[in-house]
Amino acid sequence: MLLIILHQDIWLWDNATLVGGIIPIGLFFHACISLAAGVIWFMATIYAWPVEDAAEAATHQPGKGGDA
Amino acid sequence: MTSAIVIGCYLAMLLGLGLFSSRLFSGSGKDFQLAGHSIGPVMLLMSLFGTTMTAFALIGSTGEAWQSGIGVYGKLASASGIVHSLCFFLIGVKVWKLGHKYGYSTQIEFFRDRLESRHVGLVLFPILVAMVIVYILAGVMGAGTVVHVFTSGAFPSLFAGNPAVPPSVGAIPEHWGALVICCVVLVYVFFGGMRGTAWANTFQTIAFMVLGVLTFFVIAKGLGKGSMVENMAAASAAVKAKWTTRTGVSQSEFLTYMLIPLSVGMFPHLFQHWLTAKSANSFKLSVVAHPIFIMLVWLPCVMLGIWATTDIAISVVKPLARLSHDVASDQNKVLPMLVKGLSGDVLGGFLAAGVLAAIMSSLDSQFLCVGTMFTNDIANPYFAGGKMTDKQTVFWTRSFVILVVAVTYGISLLNPRGVFSLGIWCFSGFSSLFPLIFAALYWKKLTKAGAYACILAASGTWAWLFWSAMKWAGEGKGRSLSDYLIHLPIGGQEYELMPVTGMILASTIAMIVVSLVSKPLSDATIEKFFPANS
Repeated sequence: MLLIILHQDIWLWDNATLVGGIIPIGLFFHACISLAAGVIWFMATIYAWPVEDAAEAATHQPGKGGDA
Repeated sequence: MTSAIVIGCYLAMLLGLGLFSSRLFSGSGKDFQLAGHSIGPVMLLMSLFGTTMTAFALIGSTGEAWQSGIGVYGKLASASGIVHSLCFFLIGVKVWKLGHKYGYSTQIEFFRDRLESRHVGLVLFPILVAMVIVYILAGVMGAGTVVHVFTSGAFPSLFAGNPAVPPSVGAIPEHWGALVICCVVLVYVFFGGMRGTAWANTFQTIAFMVLGVLTFFVIAKGLGKGSMVENMAAASAAVKAKWTTRTGVSQSEFLTYMLIPLSVGMFPHLFQHWLTAKSANSFKLSVVAHPIFIMLVWLPCVMLGIWATTDIAISVVKPLARLSHDVASDQNKVLPMLVKGLSGDVLGGFLAAGVLAAIMSSLDSQFLCVGTMFTNDIANPYFAGGKMTDKQTVFWTRSFVILVVAVTYGISLLNPRGVFSLGIWCFSGFSSLFPLIFAALYWKKLTKAGAYACILAASGTWAWLFWSAMKWAGEGKGRSLSDYLIHLPIGGQEYELMPVTGMILASTIAMIVVSLVSKPLSDATIEKFFPANS
């Protein structure tokens, strides 16, 4: 949620400053959001991985259509 | 001629890779369609990333930055970094788990089971295939443009071109370039199936990332006579504020653009790639690295796009001066012109191969996916009574792949509108169905009627808004389909929203309301997909 809020960076909307004299600040900020997303998703894979039981998933059954 | 030779060698290598991978093919339908669930973390990352990065990501992002400025990065790249990984995390892992457990190969197989509806495929199949074909079209047309630009002057005796447009003289015409690319992809998909596709994707993703970064530095170096950093600083300083800010984009439009990457949750070709994973843990690397990989590809492309608007770039790449912001298709030519104009023939050929790699790494998955859907969702249940043998499965998948390539190539000859515009509408269509896959995985009260209502509401609003956009674009010069917005007046102020907002709203409301008033699914199905102990 924090990333989604930060993504709507209205405070940099009209700012044409160049970071390091090269990258527009709005673009630089969003590149940082991309990096932050990588970090946050890394934490999510450690603390909130959605598969509880890998062994259960390994049980393979042939597929079949609906019966309605 | 040198560029053409390099491109030719690259395509020959791909063919070799596809043919080699076919030697590992076991002959079973599952192996052809899902590589026998053998794909580990690195190949899964490369496959998913290569598949989501298309002509749209390279040529489209550079072109859109040239057209409108840096806003395109926030609209699609950083938003995708957040949302794509969210989809892998919430949708992909769960789909893999169910697919592995119950043997699904396509989305429709899953929905038939989950919704207790044998015939949901008859509604969903034409919609998904139509949108995938639009997506494929963007790639095919982008590939034709790249081949055309990079072979300029290579074959003067074969292709006279138009002397009034010098780059076209001696260049392989776009329709021939697109045909060659289609044939190469067709061959390695035909022989290698999903394994060949995954191998080719890995090879091509590495190729386009390495060559993409190289492109950026070569172009930056070529922009002036100073050092690379000095050239970059000079070019950035020369960019007008319109392109370094988001003054031309409303905040409500920017916010609702974030709904577009939800399309990843419903891409049938990604669904198929998810099922190739060896284990759920194979997804972890993709979830983490995907946003960073997107940044590595998009950031240089956006910088190149805004630099291309400057007099500095036009002075060293003269053909840029011929481009018009009022001609929708011109933005697709910006990256090829920069690369062609600022690199030597050999490097230009390699860089062209990199751009083609990005395009082909999506086309292959899409071709295979549509072939798989035809076979598993239509031919097998309706013409083979669900008893197709492995040999028949492989035969029909291959046959349908050929058919899809032929049909898509035929449509591309009609030269529909620019890559970016096509991409946005295609992505919006998939996003509008996101509520369906999300509810199917997480909402027990979803019913068969609710799912049908969702699909019909999504397709109905898409068709209506697309028709409105076509009408709007036809009324003014320089209007692109991707610029069409919904105008919502609230409290005396008008908010601009992406059309996808209306589509998702309509499909979600229809799904929830109809599900709540229609007959619930059986307890057995609910227990199957939402076991009490999970």
